[in-house]
Amino acid sequence: MTQNDDNLIDQPEVLKPRMVTIEISGKQYTVPEGITVIKAMWYAGQEVVRGVGCLGGFCGACATYYRTKDDPKVKTCLACQTAVQDGMSFTMMPPFPARKAIYDIRTLQDPKQDLFNLYPEAPLCRNCNACTEACPQKIDVREGVWKAVFGDFQSVSDMFMDCVMCGMCTPVCIADIAPNLVALYVSRAQGAHFTEKPAGLETRIKEIKEGRFDDEWNRILSMNGQELTELCAKVK
Amino acid sequence: MNIHALQQIVHQTRDARRKQTFPRLSPGDRDQLIHKYHPDYRASAYRPLRFGPNEGEKTVVELATLLEGDSPIDHRIDLIPHHQADVLVIGGGGAGCAAALHAQEAGAKVILATKLRLGDSNSVMAQGGMQVSVAPEDSPVTHFLDTLKGGHMENDHHLLKVMVEEGPSIAKWLIDLGVLFDRQADGNLHVKKGGGSSKPRLLTCSDYTGLEIMRVLKDEVINRKIQLLEFCAAVELLGDGDGTCTGAVLKDLDNQQYVVVAAKSVIVATGGIGRLHIQGFPTSNHYGATGDGLCLCYRIGAKLSHIDTFQYHPSGAVYPEQLVGALVTEGIRSEGGHLVNAKGERFVNELDTRDVVSSSIIRECEEGRGIRTMSGRVGVWLDTPLLDMEHGPGTVEKHFPAMVRQFERFGIDISKEPVLIYPTLHYQNGGVKIDTNSETEVNNLFVAGEASGGLHGRNRLMGNSLLDLMVFGKRAGLTAAARAGSMKQGKLTLKHLERFRAEAKKHGDLSGVVSPMILPAYTRKVG
Repeated sequence: MTQNDDNLIDQPEVLKPRMVTIEISGKQYTVPEGITVIKAMWYAGQEVVRGVGCLGGFCGACATYYRTKDDPKVKTCLACQTAVQDGMSFTMMPPFPARKAIYDIRTLQDPKQDLFNLYPEAPLCRNCNACTEACPQKIDVREGVWKAVFGDFQSVSDMFMDCVMCGMCTPVCIADIAPNLVALYVSRAQGAHFTEKPAGLETRIKEIKEGRFDDEWNRILSMNGQELTELCAKVK
Repeated sequence: MNIHALQQIVHQTRDARRKQTFPRLSPGDRDQLIHKYHPDYRASAYRPLRFGPNEGEKTVVELATLLEGDSPIDHRIDLIPHHQADVLVIGGGGAGCAAALHAQEAGAKVILATKLRLGDSNSVMAQGGMQVSVAPEDSPVTHFLDTLKGGHMENDHHLLKVMVEEGPSIAKWLIDLGVLFDRQADGNLHVKKGGGSSKPRLLTCSDYTGLEIMRVLKDEVINRKIQLLEFCAAVELLGDGDGTCTGAVLKDLDNQQYVVVAAKSVIVATGGIGRLHIQGFPTSNHYGATGDGLCLCYRIGAKLSHIDTFQYHPSGAVYPEQLVGALVTEGIRSEGGHLVNAKGERFVNELDTRDVVSSSIIRECEEGRGIRTMSGRVGVWLDTPLLDMEHGPGTVEKHFPAMVRQFERFGIDISKEPVLIYPTLHYQNGGVKIDTNSETEVNNLFVAGEASGGLHGRNRLMGNSLLDLMVFGKRAGLTAAARAGSMKQGKLTLKHLERFRAEAKKHGDLSGVVSPMILPAYTRKVG
């Protein structure tokens, strides 16, 4: 890399990571401070197959329980999105055998009523709020379950757009509700049944089917490379 | 100086920059910039393939080594099928789910195998949106031309025409399944403008477009009771020895056993290669993006296309260290976010194509106008607070909740602080050569999505990947399903592997590398 005299780059201070002591599934390791929980597992020499997915905080594969030094509170996080600190103790959440209802979203007759057939446990929420506390995406899960039960599907679908389906709301539920799965059903029903069909999209599909663009296609596809390049350059 | 002190120049120059317009580069200037700075033009990173369907063609060393790698399978093993299907789909991302759903709906018995969980993929991370020409002032033809221009005129015209024309009906399919695309006040689909596009054409679900689509498709795969083989990585395809694919050998990652699947058609939807960390780049890709499908298809004789070109997304996070390589969505630039160097200057039209923007960022950093972090990484600023000023307070929070959350976890408020970025390895522009039914040069072997090649030319346009997955996943699924009724299951052999090994031996044997990689080797050797 060439660097001029007027180089505005801040000169690096050599990074020497401080090492911290953590516990992975009850066993102690020394790892560099600040790396992510998942990288700490790799650093500790562990092979990870289950428990890693997108590594970007979107897929929910790396749901993890952790506790910080001297704090009795066990919290939840996504392992790829959380930095380790001294005295931290963590373990990954195993796949939890929650029941998912089976349905054909397109042929539902009364989706708001069907909720109670598909997930009869949904109205049994006892308001303990453990699901909300467990959500690493900070969704008000308990509120969402109640809104689903009261038929406010629009609000549920808005609230759960952030849901990465990590499932951490599920093991904590004393009423055996799987709130993420309830919300998934509700959101899909909202999209498929309670959202206006976009008229412009239908028009465009019809135009394509009826060949409205055929002349233009014929003109373009018969062009040589030079002509096509010139045409592309003109598109603004 | 700490990162906060270095940021001040972005705040100080913001008002002046807002008055500036930055023109797009002329075609000549674009070419010059790309040739000088884009990683695709770093000759030392490439070497020719020594044998196989693309013998003599160049690709990056990391990929060449794997393509010429050996199979983990002994070609004399007994091939007694554990499972039988009309259609075996390998890969559980967007293309795999779309293929499986359409094949099943057309009446085929489908097995979907994936090496991680159903849905673990790059698709789930797609933030920018899906390009579909739904706006009245837009058309499939304009979509075609934009894509062609972005792909440096090298896109396969037939594939591209199919994609742009089927876009609207794909959007309808997704909406009917319950996908919640953003809407305008009148109920029509809201469209955003993407880099390299002349018209607003991106359908979005805030910045969770891929996640929302994948939540729905995964749920649908389970509802339809499609047989799933999770944590089963494909390690070799099976053929009849005569140019037709007949199944695959998988490896169950839970018990290390091989699983043989006989199938009338195989659809490879294994995604990209980011985790090969080509040229040492960090990547935005998911854990399993190791190019497995390319190796499998290459060994059985399918030709690859455009495997010398990769997409380095302009905005991968450089700071904080925990997020290095993670994607900062192009949506930020679509809504007017400026790229700013250490002098507080803009240096490119932020909505130019990804290869141009990435090249210009690399130029700034190589010429000493980048910003260096405490851990020695270099990048340029992306002015995120500008969005709240342009479009009103709360815009960043409202339009980019995923990104806000990602940075908030490390104490950074992106609506107040700019973000430091540098190009990150994002997408494999090429892949296995396919026809408009998504079929390769090997009979009954289909490839859909990022693993396929030709559609995107030398540079994929933002938002075209999600559409590619859905359109060609569907075509592969429907074509494979339609064939199933009128054909018999072919013989299961590894003759192609025998031939491949003989060929390798002729060329000085092998490097000792076994492919596919399956998962990157991130585990530290301890002791």
